[in-house]
Amino acid sequence: MVSEKVLLSGHIIDSLILPKVLDEIMDLGGAFAIEEIHVGRTRRDMSRACIEVSAPGRDLLDRILERIKRQGAVSVEPGEVKLARASRDGVLPEGFYSSTNLQTDVQFKGRWIRVRNPEMDCAVVVDTKARRARTVPMSDIRKGDRVVVGEAGVRVVPEKRTEETDEFRFMRSRTSSEKPKEIMIHEIAAQMKSAKRHGGKILVVGGPAIVHTGAGRCLEKLIRKGFVDVLFAGNALAVHDVEYALFETSLGIYLDRGQSAEGGHGHHVRAINAIRAAGGLRKAVAKGILKKGVMYTCIQEKVPFVLAGSIRDDGPLPEVVTDVIEAQRAMRRHLKGVRFALMVATTLHSIAVGNLLPASVRTVCVDINPSVVTKLIDRGSFQAAGVVTDAELFLRELSHILTGSRAG
Amino acid sequence: MQQNRPEFLMCSPEHYGIRYVINPWMKLSQPSDPQRSCTQWNALHEILQELAGTIHVIAPASGLPDMVFTANAGLPLGERLYLSRFRHEQRQPESRHFRRWFEAQGFDMVEFPGDVYFEGAGDALFLGSTLFAGYRYRSDIRAHTLIAERQGIQVLSLELADRRFYHLDTCFAPLNSESALYYPKAFDPYARQVIEANVEDPIAVPAEEALRFVCNAVVIGRDVVIHRDCPRTRKALDARGYTVHETDLSEFIKAGGSAKCLTLQIR
Repeated sequence: MVSEKVLLSGHIIDSLILPKVLDEIMDLGGAFAIEEIHVGRTRRDMSRACIEVSAPGRDLLDRILERIKRQGAVSVEPGEVKLARASRDGVLPEGFYSSTNLQTDVQFKGRWIRVRNPEMDCAVVVDTKARRARTVPMSDIRKGDRVVVGEAGVRVVPEKRTEETDEFRFMRSRTSSEKPKEIMIHEIAAQMKSAKRHGGKILVVGGPAIVHTGAGRCLEKLIRKGFVDVLFAGNALAVHDVEYALFETSLGIYLDRGQSAEGGHGHHVRAINAIRAAGGLRKAVAKGILKKGVMYTCIQEKVPFVLAGSIRDDGPLPEVVTDVIEAQRAMRRHLKGVRFALMVATTLHSIAVGNLLPASVRTVCVDINPSVVTKLIDRGSFQAAGVVTDAELFLRELSHILTGSRAG
Repeated sequence: MQQNRPEFLMCSPEHYGIRYVINPWMKLSQPSDPQRSCTQWNALHEILQELAGTIHVIAPASGLPDMVFTANAGLPLGERLYLSRFRHEQRQPESRHFRRWFEAQGFDMVEFPGDVYFEGAGDALFLGSTLFAGYRYRSDIRAHTLIAERQGIQVLSLELADRRFYHLDTCFAPLNSESALYYPKAFDPYARQVIEANVEDPIAVPAEEALRFVCNAVVIGRDVVIHRDCPRTRKALDARGYTVHETDLSEFIKAGGSAKCLTLQIR
């Protein structure tokens, strides 16, 4: 998808020039977004509209621009990107450009350079010697970095929607519990297969409810069958997974019987202690202490995971990254090549990871609470689609579709 | 009353002829007759002298056959002339002559930037206080914006859609602040809607009369001067109390112009 901004001014409302231009863009197969519109108050006042015109390819975009030029649309010259040096580590220069999660280009010395690792709310740093540009989170800015300031010389490429299958468009509509789950899960399975076929990685972001609801086994199956390339979670998912592996309980409840275990309320801290005593999850597996579960399967299958800590964590497990900035960095390192992100039953981790993902990553958020998906989308991950359902029902169906057998 | 009568600018037709082809009307194989051209021009001049105030005549320049169509000199507004920037290079040298004449009359010149074409009153006609302006074949819509900005007036831009009606004054003629003659098919659907929404009494003319340039009319109060043989439009005008003056302008129609093209109201 390529795009360019144009300005249209004059008596464009009364002369029907604005609707004509928009119709022409659509008729030729392009798309538009009105970025700004100022409507004159009296008949004599002129109006002005700034329109972002986009098309699947450069040739078509040029044809559209040529056509609407006749209607007076003039290209807004993007100009050269402006750079300012960071004066201190972790501090951005005044007026810095704040990035979106969309593909972005900057014009430097007359050439458009693609900004690497699109991520929202970051700065764009240009390496003037290598002529490269990348997003950099505020905390990773170093004194002297050449940071993009202002909007000049920056162009953002809207996500292409035209190639999308009808099924996914259906999912993109409002998050609701009133939708046929089975069809949606089939669509998600198809998307995951397609991501793998195209050499992309699948990221799973999971909450402890996966274990509480007994869906751990389904997730293990997906890991074993190669449908999980990287797992992001908090301390809790791993803790309850280990608790189940060591005590057969999750939060003190026997998962196979649904009954509470005597002294079960302490199982999870005992589990943490056992892992800490072993020197961590990996060592616990190596020593034969940890013999099943999601984390065990990840380690056995060499699926990398990032466990990010939070303020209410017990323990935590030695692998948990408790410095949040370090945790962000660890997650960013694993995002390369991710094409599909599946977020199951976790509000905080879904939103946190959503903020790190480029908009080009297909994102599906599964939660029993519809507001989780809404929140994720409201915070800028507009590419996300939601499924409102129980984690266990979802993962059971998904693993059945993808691996062809019913779990447990 | 004398001071309220409009003044016009005409250019005598000594150098008029079909010397090049820049519109679908012009055919080198169909030259105009110099003698008949002069007779027809004189007849129009005479009618206007009767109806209007002063008729100024600018000296023609050799090698500029279309200079006779003074409507394209520019757009005079008060003491200001929006000097035309002709699309076709064949007509571009006319601007020098028109500029000199208007400057001598005390007009201030407003010029358009190099890439903005504008062909004067041929593409800009007032209906009440609103300027209706044509674009596509000769003038650029950006010229309309510049005029609207500078004059602080409403300019409604109309896209032309038939090359035979390459200037707005070939297919649109305001009669007063409420009514106008127009040929609907000369406009794109949006422009048609704009006309229908902004002209209280739009009078659609039939195709055969549009092709006889009935819309290329000089309107002076209740008098309308047009080329001959446009009975249906004449009837519509009669019914509205206009006095129609028909005059033969067939020699000029060969170049794609009629009564209105041959005149420019300057005050």
